[in-house]
Amino acid sequence: MAEYDVTGETHKEQESPAKVVQEKKDPLQEDHRSKQFADLDRVIGRYSRERGQLIRILQKAQEIFGYLPEEVQAYIAEKIDIPVSEVNGVVTFYSLFATEPKGKYTLNICMGTACYVKGAQTLMNALKEELKIDEGETTPDGVFTIKSTRCVGACGLAPILVANEDVHGKISPGEIKKIIQTCRKGESVDNKKH
Amino acid sequence: MIIKSIEDLKEVKEKYEPLIKQRLGHRNGLGLTQILVCSGTACHSSESREVRLELEQELARRGLEEQTRVVKTGCFGFCEYGPIVMVHPGEIFYCQVRPGDVRELVEKHLIGGQVLERLLYHNDSTGKRTQTIEDIHFFQAQRRIVLRNCGVINPEEIGEYIARDGYFALADVILHKNREEVIEMIKKSGLRGRGGAGFPTGRKWELTAAQDIRPKYVVCNADEGDPGAFMDRSILEGDPHSVLEAMTVAGYCIGANQGFIYVRAEYPIAVERLELAIEQAREAGLLGKGLFGTDFDFDLSLRFGAGAFVCGEETALLHSVMGQRGEPRPRPPYPAQEGIWGKPTLINNVETFANITVVLREGWEWYQGQGTSTSKGSKVFSLAGKIYNTGLIEVPMGTTLRTIIFDIGGGIPGNRQFKAVQTGGPSGGCIPAKYLDLPIDYESLKETGSMMGSGGMIVMDEGDCMVDIARFYLEFSQDESCGRCTPCRVGTKRLLEILIRITEGQGEMEDLEMLEELSYDIRDASLCGLGQTAPNPVLSTLRYFRNEYVTHVRDKRCPAGVCKALLHYTVDEEKCIACGLCAKACAAQAITGAPKQPYRIDPEKCTRCAACVAKCPRQAIQKGIRKDVADLGGEAGIYAGAGDTENRATL
Repeated sequence: MAEYDVTGETHKEQESPAKVVQEKKDPLQEDHRSKQFADLDRVIGRYSRERGQLIRILQKAQEIFGYLPEEVQAYIAEKIDIPVSEVNGVVTFYSLFATEPKGKYTLNICMGTACYVKGAQTLMNALKEELKIDEGETTPDGVFTIKSTRCVGACGLAPILVANEDVHGKISPGEIKKIIQTCRKGESVDNKKH
Repeated sequence: MIIKSIEDLKEVKEKYEPLIKQRLGHRNGLGLTQILVCSGTACHSSESREVRLELEQELARRGLEEQTRVVKTGCFGFCEYGPIVMVHPGEIFYCQVRPGDVRELVEKHLIGGQVLERLLYHNDSTGKRTQTIEDIHFFQAQRRIVLRNCGVINPEEIGEYIARDGYFALADVILHKNREEVIEMIKKSGLRGRGGAGFPTGRKWELTAAQDIRPKYVVCNADEGDPGAFMDRSILEGDPHSVLEAMTVAGYCIGANQGFIYVRAEYPIAVERLELAIEQAREAGLLGKGLFGTDFDFDLSLRFGAGAFVCGEETALLHSVMGQRGEPRPRPPYPAQEGIWGKPTLINNVETFANITVVLREGWEWYQGQGTSTSKGSKVFSLAGKIYNTGLIEVPMGTTLRTIIFDIGGGIPGNRQFKAVQTGGPSGGCIPAKYLDLPIDYESLKETGSMMGSGGMIVMDEGDCMVDIARFYLEFSQDESCGRCTPCRVGTKRLLEILIRITEGQGEMEDLEMLEELSYDIRDASLCGLGQTAPNPVLSTLRYFRNEYVTHVRDKRCPAGVCKALLHYTVDEEKCIACGLCAKACAAQAITGAPKQPYRIDPEKCTRCAACVAKCPRQAIQKGIRKDVADLGGEAGIYAGAGDTENRATL
């Protein structure tokens, strides 16, 4: 029964608010884009004086853009005068860097040993089932991305789900639905604001 | 103020000492109530921040902010019962305090002067509640040396660290000692690297100091990647200055003026505290140019890990510090000879640095007397898994596993049997019950086929399948293998494939030999520590739990009931009340039935998610071996029983 609720809501969000936002936002978006690059310039200005700060620049760039598209990688490479292949090499090496846009909420299930022996796999299955996507994928409405993370070091609270920055400890598959619903509520409120 | 001398340090110490002394149980008539709130990651996740804010608001509302102070502290270690709140004077220890409890706490304790019984620690075995930290067995059996400031001082206040004799050792070293003397002290203390391999720390310092090339660098490895290990994080969150001080001492001894702390970006609180600590140390003149009025300069900067386990390996870490792909390289040259930008670099782990300040403060003679003949001092472990008191503990080297797990840890919940304890993360192994009385140090753990590692201990009970655990670790190592060398890249993949085959009931008896052979090849031929130790979880489980592998392969059974492909869910027709809840819960529509008829599960459609088991009000759905596989196995039924007793005998 819960499935119907979820898919129903998904459709709603996909059709109406998203489109409206898109059409309206075009000139705004361009503005937003140039602001993002201006922010990136500041980051590069600050860190490129020190040697070996590529990882920090990429982290900050990801904070600005949400992910690291080729365009951004090439931009950074040119600005700090290193081959784009080197930038791409670093981006693809570390798991924190994403080359695809992520959902508004990234739901990370901790797959550390302590969480694993306390049922993290069952949580992961429940989450995949609930959102109908696989690990590493994003829901079509762009709200959720499922990921697994290495130990977050809060093993006393195992098993753990990290929704963006919020750590939820000792959770059961049943609570996953609640967390998703809370996120969705936040999402619909945000949409109305736009 | 800028601290230039030991006198300056003493001045700061005097200012903060009364506060600290009260927290240590002194009734010094301060006229002040201090409320300590744990702000480590675990307590933070269970809303300790909200508790703190609520406390501050409530105190302001009641006009109590003058005589009461709310203090953030690092981890108490008792993570299972977080958030922890401690009230001084009186040392009253409250557990699991929720924001909603704050009002009552303030009313009853601070205004009424009475202890709020309901939030005290409840000892399940005696059925009593205890008031102070000393009454709790978890703390009684520990010796907190490295962690002595965690849960006592505010990690965001450098003055409190100084009040605990912090930075005095640094002043003494810079003002009164030459570098050879200090290195000699570290050597004599017998301190060994706490990152896992246990290389003598003094030797490492000596090697780096002996290099003639300049500049040199000091690096702190805070890339704590082992799943289930959180010692380093807790030290950084609870006592960051101890690491800063030790790194500065290291810089002085080896002749370096720049240090880097390589910390995981996944530890936001630790990063924040480190940034603040560095800033405060700079403001106090304890980092930067001309420390203590001498010509010695030393400064620190942070570098962030971006989620790669292999970066815990020192040569990979160096590449990552330089902003490159974190791939390891062959050694020699060792980092002591050629490290960052090709210059001599000293790399020590967080806990090792935290031990340096202990050695300098207490003296090498004292330190030498702690621990076992080969492993000196104490070790911080993080306890997790199937254990009552998950958390952070510190015990002298040589303590037995039994003391740690059953005494401090409180044993296994739910009357279940202890099966194994996993130490050393993906590089370590599973230690079975027969070694529970083994005094643990670097050597003894190695002999069992595991290793000290960074100090994560995951306790497993009879509900954990050891083949599945081996598969879990291999999946981790395979995923984290950087791909530079073939034995690790391809070897771990093949190992994992075999393990998956076994857990899915497709294994052959020859696979077990293949697992062993391949494991030895990977161990001997891999480039770095990751590959060399990746087979350990397989080898150790094969060594101690071979019959579990055999049961999977020969009988197509998973005795612990974990491996899904080997499971079969059936409805006990006697118990079924035909309520239909299971059918509703089933996402795969594998359960059918009609009113007043027992329900049935179609094994073809069943995904073994166990959702129905959770829903059934009569516990009528049972987990068993798969019938179709059992039929294929022929004698499986007989072996099933035999395997079971065989298995229990080893527990």
